[in-house]
Amino acid sequence: MSQSTLTSNAVGPVKRILIQGKYETKVMLSNGEQLVLAVVLPVIALLALTVTNLLDGVADRAVDAAVPGVLALCVISTAFTGQGIGTGFDRRYGVLRMFSTTPLGRAGLIFGKILAVLAVLVIQVVLISVVGVLLGWHPNLVGIVPAAVQLLLGAGCFTSLGLLIAGTVRPEATLAITNLAWVLLAGAGGVLFPLSMAPEWIQPTLNALPSAALGDSLRQSLIDGRFSLAGMIILIIWTAVSAVAATRLFKWN
Amino acid sequence: MVSSVVPSLVITELCKDLGPVPALNNRMLRVLESVSLKAYPGQVTTLLGSNGAGKSTTLACAQGLLRPEGGSVELLGQDPFGDHPALRSRVGVMLQDGGLPPSMRPVPLLRHVASLYQRTYDIDALIERLELDSFGSRTIRRLSGGQKQRVALALALAGDPDVLFLDEPSAGLDPQSRQVVFDLIAELRDAGKAIILTTHLMDDAQRLSDYVYIIDKGRTVAAGTVAELTSLATSEHESRPVLFGAAPGLVLPTAPAGLSLQETSAGEYRLNGVSTPEHLLWLSQWLAESGVMPSHLSLQARSLEDVFMEFAHKEETA
Repeated sequence: MSQSTLTSNAVGPVKRILIQGKYETKVMLSNGEQLVLAVVLPVIALLALTVTNLLDGVADRAVDAAVPGVLALCVISTAFTGQGIGTGFDRRYGVLRMFSTTPLGRAGLIFGKILAVLAVLVIQVVLISVVGVLLGWHPNLVGIVPAAVQLLLGAGCFTSLGLLIAGTVRPEATLAITNLAWVLLAGAGGVLFPLSMAPEWIQPTLNALPSAALGDSLRQSLIDGRFSLAGMIILIIWTAVSAVAATRLFKWN
Repeated sequence: MVSSVVPSLVITELCKDLGPVPALNNRMLRVLESVSLKAYPGQVTTLLGSNGAGKSTTLACAQGLLRPEGGSVELLGQDPFGDHPALRSRVGVMLQDGGLPPSMRPVPLLRHVASLYQRTYDIDALIERLELDSFGSRTIRRLSGGQKQRVALALALAGDPDVLFLDEPSAGLDPQSRQVVFDLIAELRDAGKAIILTTHLMDDAQRLSDYVYIIDKGRTVAAGTVAELTSLATSEHESRPVLFGAAPGLVLPTAPAGLSLQETSAGEYRLNGVSTPEHLLWLSQWLAESGVMPSHLSLQARSLEDVFMEFAHKEETA
C-alpha cells in the first residue's frame, strides 16, 4: 500500500523512550515487593556473607568476596524477577496492549522497560557499593570497567530471559518461575557462591548458566582484576538466544 | 453518506482466525469471515452486533494490533500493521478491557500518556469533564467498572486524535456518566473526528450513530444510517402496533387475520399485528365507517433492534 506521509503528533522517539523509562522506573520503585527483592534482600545477603565465614578462601576479606556476587544478584532481582513479574501482569491486564496503541508502540514500550531496569540497577549498584565500602570493601580498581560491562551485559541477558518467560506463560507461572529461579540461582547457580565451591561433577553444567557466568566474571574482575572472556561469551550467547526467542514467541495479549 | 470526503478508515473483506481453540481440537476459529466498512471524519460509525459477533476483533485489526488472514485495512491512508508512531499519534484507542495498570492513579497515568504527544487534548478540561479528580488518590485497582471506563476514554483522547476507536464505551456506566460520555462523543464528532465505536446495545447505537454496520457471525450483514436501516422494506414476519386514542369502549369488528385490538387504558388503544399497508387501509376504513376520529394515531417506529433481529433471523433461517 502506498504510504502517503502523515504528520506525526508524537514527541521524538528518544524523548518517548526516556519518558516511558522514567514512568517504568517509578512503577518499579513504588512496588513494595519489588523493593524488597531489589534492595532489601541483596543488602541482607551482603551483610550475612560479610559477617559469616561462608565465603572463606574466595578473597582476602569476606566483604571482597561477597560484593561481586551481591551485584550479580541485583541484576537478577531487577532485570529477571522484578521485570518479568511486572511485564507478566501488564500483559494480563492489557497494559501492554494499551501502551502499544500510543506513539510508544511495542518497541518503545520494551526500550522503556530496559531503561527502567538500568536505572534501578544503577541505584542498586550505588547502594551496594556504599554499604560494601562501609563494611570495608576494597574492589580491585583494574576490574571496575570490565565489571560495569559485565553488569550491563547481564542486565541485557536477564531482561531478555524475563521477557521470554513473561511473554509466553501466565503471570502466576511467571511469578513462580522467576522467584524460584532467583532463590536457586542465588544459592546454587554461581551467583553468591563461586562455582569452585560446588561438587566437581556438576560444575560444567552450572558453568553454562548465565547466572554463573555473571557471578564468576564479576568476582574475577573485582577480586583479581582479571577479565573473564569465557564468562563474557556465555553471557553473549544467552542474551542473543533469549532475545531472539522473546522477539519471536512473545504474545502481547 | 458524504462521498466527497476521504474516509479515515477503509476495511475491505477482512478475514481473521483466532486460536488455536482447545474446544475445537486446537483448530483455529474463524472469527471474521468478511467485514467491510468505511468510517468518515465528523461521523460516528457504529459496529453493532451481539457478543462474539467479531466487533472487537475488527477493531483490533483496524488498529494494527492483530494481523488479518485476508482483506485490507487503510487507516488515515496508511497500512496500520508494523511500527508506525506517526499513525499511532493520530489515533486514539479505548480498549474493551481498558488496559489500565492497576497500581497507578488515574490522573498521573493520563498526564504520562499525554506527555507522549506534541499536541494534546485539554487535559485539565478532560479531567474535570470526566470527573477523574473525584477518585482522589485511589489507584485504578480500587475503581469501579464505570470509573475505569472513564479513565480509559480519557487516555484514548489524550493525544487529541483524528480517529477514535471506542470499544463498548458505555459498558458499566451509570446513567449520569453515560450522558457525559455521550455528550463528549457528540462534541468530538462535531469537531470533525472520525469515531468508530462498537456496541451491542441498540439504544446506544440509535442515539449516537451517523452510520451503522450490523455485524453478525463475522460478516457485515447490513449497513446504513439509522433512518435508512429502520426504513428498509419490512419483512412479512414483522409486525408493529398502531397506537391511537379514541372514546373508551371501542370493539373490533371482524378483522383481517392477525389483527387484534387492545385497550391499554381507558381510551388508549393498541392494534397489534400490523404488518402490511393493507392493514393500515383496513384500520382507516373501519375508523371512517365507525365515525371515529382518533385523538392521536401512530405506527410505532421500527427500531434498530427490529432490523437487527430481522437480520439475525435471516441468518438463522438461511
